[in-house]
Amino acid sequence: MSPDSGTNVVWLGSPGFPEAARTALGDPQLRRNLRKATATIRDKRLAVTGELDDWEQLREAGAATKRHTLRHLDRYLLRLEDSVTKAGGVVHWAADAAGANRIVTDLVRATGEAEVVKVKSMATQEIGLNEALEQAGIRAYETDLAELIVQLGDDRPSHILVPAIHRNRAEIREIFQREMGAWGRPAPDGLTDEPRALAEAARLHLRDKFLRAKVAVSGANFAIAETGTVGVVESEGNGRMCLTLPETLITVMGIEKVLPRWQDLEVFLQLLPRSSTGERMNPYTSTWRGVTPGDGPQAFHLVLLDNGRTATLADTVGRQALACIRCSACLNVCPVYERTGGHAYGSVYPGPIGAILTPQLVGVEHAATLPFASTLCGACYDACPVKINIPEVLTHLRAEVVEAKRAKRRVPGAEALAMKAATAVLASPRRLSVAQKAAALGGRLVSRKDVIGPLPGPLHAWTDARDTPAPPTESFRAWWQRTHPTGADS
Amino acid sequence: MRIALFITCFNDTMFPETGKAVVTVLERLGHTVEFPLAQTCCGQMHFNTGYRPEALPLVRGFAEAFADYDAIVTPSASCAGMVRENHPLLAQQYGDAELRAAVAEGAPRVHEFTELLVDVLGVTDVGAYFPHRVTYHPTCHSLRGLRLGDKPLALLRAVRGIDLVELPAADSCCGFGGTFALKNAETSTAMLGDKMRNVVSTGADVVCAADNSCLMHIGGGLSRLRTGIGTLHLAEILASTQGDAR
Repeated sequence: MSPDSGTNVVWLGSPGFPEAARTALGDPQLRRNLRKATATIRDKRLAVTGELDDWEQLREAGAATKRHTLRHLDRYLLRLEDSVTKAGGVVHWAADAAGANRIVTDLVRATGEAEVVKVKSMATQEIGLNEALEQAGIRAYETDLAELIVQLGDDRPSHILVPAIHRNRAEIREIFQREMGAWGRPAPDGLTDEPRALAEAARLHLRDKFLRAKVAVSGANFAIAETGTVGVVESEGNGRMCLTLPETLITVMGIEKVLPRWQDLEVFLQLLPRSSTGERMNPYTSTWRGVTPGDGPQAFHLVLLDNGRTATLADTVGRQALACIRCSACLNVCPVYERTGGHAYGSVYPGPIGAILTPQLVGVEHAATLPFASTLCGACYDACPVKINIPEVLTHLRAEVVEAKRAKRRVPGAEALAMKAATAVLASPRRLSVAQKAAALGGRLVSRKDVIGPLPGPLHAWTDARDTPAPPTESFRAWWQRTHPTGADS
Repeated sequence: MRIALFITCFNDTMFPETGKAVVTVLERLGHTVEFPLAQTCCGQMHFNTGYRPEALPLVRGFAEAFADYDAIVTPSASCAGMVRENHPLLAQQYGDAELRAAVAEGAPRVHEFTELLVDVLGVTDVGAYFPHRVTYHPTCHSLRGLRLGDKPLALLRAVRGIDLVELPAADSCCGFGGTFALKNAETSTAMLGDKMRNVVSTGADVVCAADNSCLMHIGGGLSRLRTGIGTLHLAEILASTQGDAR
């Protein structure tokens, strides 16, 4: 791994995508949950994006702002540092996961506290902050409802917006009853799996923590370079509790989240909720600048995280992945995600965006199956509110995976040899014609009544579920030559 | 107008009837179709699997084979997309100035079959007769790649005798995805299962599309399950006339 690669982004010991996908594919209940959940959000999103006349212009504006900001990221980050500092905050720079974890751990230790409350944050999941804090004897409590379910279940998130999408309410009730007591206030007696009852149990459990916590850790949806404003967008209000009640607030943010001007929020606060939850507005938008005497946290730290982002920025095709605003629209429209769920992607970033972001953050050789975990159907590109051309980046990364393998092995693998052979045949009409005759002959040998059924060997992946017509005895070009004998077109 | 048929290597080898159908329809409309024998393959499989340098000879071969024609028609949305979008990219990345110029000049002359009929020739009624219940699957490259919109449906609606029924969840991918079907066989099969369920629910005799590759995948599943539902490239439906045995 090169020194500028991200660390902790992929879950250690995760198998490649095709193997990891089997768990969900073999679980009919999970597949029903995923289908229902993704279809519901998908329909809501279509309704609220379809009602705006200027949706396409908003997407274009969002994409343009992100493109511009990433192009001048160095300048905007320094401006952000300056404006946050002037507003009474402290800015820290973290090159990788270990660096960021060390900074946050030291900051918590300096307060003398041994527990923190957390707002849902992709960045802190990416760096494995909870585990790092635990090793330092500091307990981190997730307060987003879905994150709480994941944490209590000793589980991993499987969706950006709905991290516990793979759990149904019966499972959630069981997790609450079993685990809440070990983490704080136990679940009420006789807890049912009614959504209202489950939410109430979580509210009671979390309220204790909000009132006690002296330190909070958050992520950020954006930070404004011009003003030093940091913002979190959420649905539950639990985030706002974390952002306002504790004495110290530590925010960990990927460097790509900076926006130039306050005015830019006009675009992003329309794009995000409509693409994400399918709402016109999200219920809670919290913004703050540094510290305000007598109001809210009196110490504010902003940790700016690189962890592979600068290396991603250097790739002229792949860098568009950094424009992502973590809305998860691409997950909800992805036919692959709908069948496999998020865990198969082996990273905190699942779905199509994960398939292009993870390999770039960690280096393609460490996530080599992810760029291939797509049919290139293009639904993600159509749904993306900042117009990230995910299929374009996928094929770009596939080429990088192939090149990385080529550089590493002296003897080409079976696939590389097959592709080379295919080029040799296909580059010549004469060789293609010979191969067609051979295919027709071979097809006749293995087929019955012109249909090829299940085959042994490497082709079983295709023939296990599908019949294949035997290649016809006369190819099109053979027919053409037979019926157009003048040869005028050859 | 000199129209050349780009049959695609896949149709050439596996589905010659589709090529014959394209010729039939265009000749019925009064055009002459030529078939440059130097043509082979657009390199889509290589490109989509990550083997870009290996695709370059095919890009060059395509540009040379089709240099002299006003319009190049192909009965494959995904191959049309490959030539129009990715040949320029490959020429830019690996080619010389001459190839870049040839590709830039040639790419806009490539038309998917329904594009040629509707946009270039301005025809929706091609005089076809096909007395069967048919559903249309818009392949991803037709729908989101080339943005064919309702061109294929406009052509199908004009077919005499046809009972055209809407496919539920038509816009979702069938799960083929080229080498995806081999590399992620279980996921591909799961997607295929849902597509087949929707096809069966229409009660159609035939499912058609603008790409035989997706149809081979869908048809392969329908055949294995003995559904009795056939697959046809839409060119073959448009080629059918009263008196055909179909």
